[in-house]
Amino acid sequence: MGPIGENEFFFLMQGLKWTVLLAIVGFIGGGIFGILIALLRTSKKKVARTITAGYIGVFQGTPLLMQLFVVYYGVALLGVEVNAGIAVAIAFTLHASAFLGEIWRGSIEAVPKGQTEAANALGLHYVSRMKDVILPQALKISLPATIGFLVQLIKGTSLAAIVGFIELTRAGQIISNQTYRPLLVFGIVAAIYFIICWPLSHAGSGLEKRMAKAAR
Amino acid sequence: MTYTFDFGAVLDRAPELLWASFGTLALSLAGMLLALVIGILGVVARTSKSRIASTPVIVFVEVVRNTPFLVQIFFIYFALPLMGIRLNPTVTAIIALGINGGAYAIEIIRGGVESVSRGQIEAGFALGLHKADVFRLIVLKPALRAIYPSLTSQFIMLTLTTSVCTSIAAYELTSAAQRIESDTFRSFEVYFTVTAIYLVISTLMMGLFALISRHYFNYPTR
Repeated sequence: MGPIGENEFFFLMQGLKWTVLLAIVGFIGGGIFGILIALLRTSKKKVARTITAGYIGVFQGTPLLMQLFVVYYGVALLGVEVNAGIAVAIAFTLHASAFLGEIWRGSIEAVPKGQTEAANALGLHYVSRMKDVILPQALKISLPATIGFLVQLIKGTSLAAIVGFIELTRAGQIISNQTYRPLLVFGIVAAIYFIICWPLSHAGSGLEKRMAKAAR
Repeated sequence: MTYTFDFGAVLDRAPELLWASFGTLALSLAGMLLALVIGILGVVARTSKSRIASTPVIVFVEVVRNTPFLVQIFFIYFALPLMGIRLNPTVTAIIALGINGGAYAIEIIRGGVESVSRGQIEAGFALGLHKADVFRLIVLKPALRAIYPSLTSQFIMLTLTTSVCTSIAAYELTSAAQRIESDTFRSFEVYFTVTAIYLVISTLMMGLFALISRHYFNYPTR
């Protein structure tokens, strides 16, 4: 058995950096595409609604791990040389866009119909109606679920380890193999995830309770 | 692009994929049952008046829900042998799935139990219903109906999560896919096919759950 010293801890922190980066890229990229998906999903065009419903259905009906594998090897087939990190980031972006799109569709539909009617009566066109009236209200409604998904996404980045990308979990696996102290190493790794995810979960559920009380 | 797809190499292994699909279903089913048992026992402890019973459940739920399943399964995989328990990877996977799903089930079931109001139960007794009937018709059925959507979508999530069990080489679809990949080098074709199989499995499950719901919970609420 080897000791868990400064070097090992530094290696884990390097892994943590990639975990955080992957989650941020996935969340921001997924957020940008997610708004697009949500808008198309709630549009008047039936084709747009059907296609986005299918897109969401595929991502919600298949394991994240499979999505990582398919995108990882799919990108390689396109003939462009990209490193593992970028391929994985693309996969998380697509995954997040489907889930955030579905969450935000729900929030857009939860905004009272009268708001749309009032905006129409005021003569606002689509862009202004969405940007200034519907989306700000939808954003507030969606906040607990969005934070909940962010926690899912952070935990989900651990699956990049199976593809071979060295983030926190993979770093833990490597250290565990070197030191033969799996329980200590995975205990530390779990604690690090917990320190990141728990405050977010707590904030999300706190917000949900506050909003439920305000709605009563 | 010069790549030519060859799904034939994957189709040759169809029987293996079929058996592995049953492996995934069995793993999911066993995981769900264990999750349900842990969920019900957890709620009993969580809602009890004694702090000694409820605090560990709260900690358990928070820890499991805020750490990745992959880390949990590694931890359990290495922890069990140290406790002198030697199990094959598939059984270990069932335990990990049950523990993970159980934490979510506790929160879902607790919400359902708390949704049945005291007045309803009193009304049931006032109507002269038997204690067993009050529990069955007034507490259990509405509570089940209230938690059914979240519980079943959690079950589908659990089924999709079984793919992570490949990391400890449990017998299921993803580990079969990785085996076929290393034999044929047809990575994209293999994973594309297996992704489609997962989609079929989760779609069928969704349909089955909807059918059950329409059959059992088709009474008006107000």
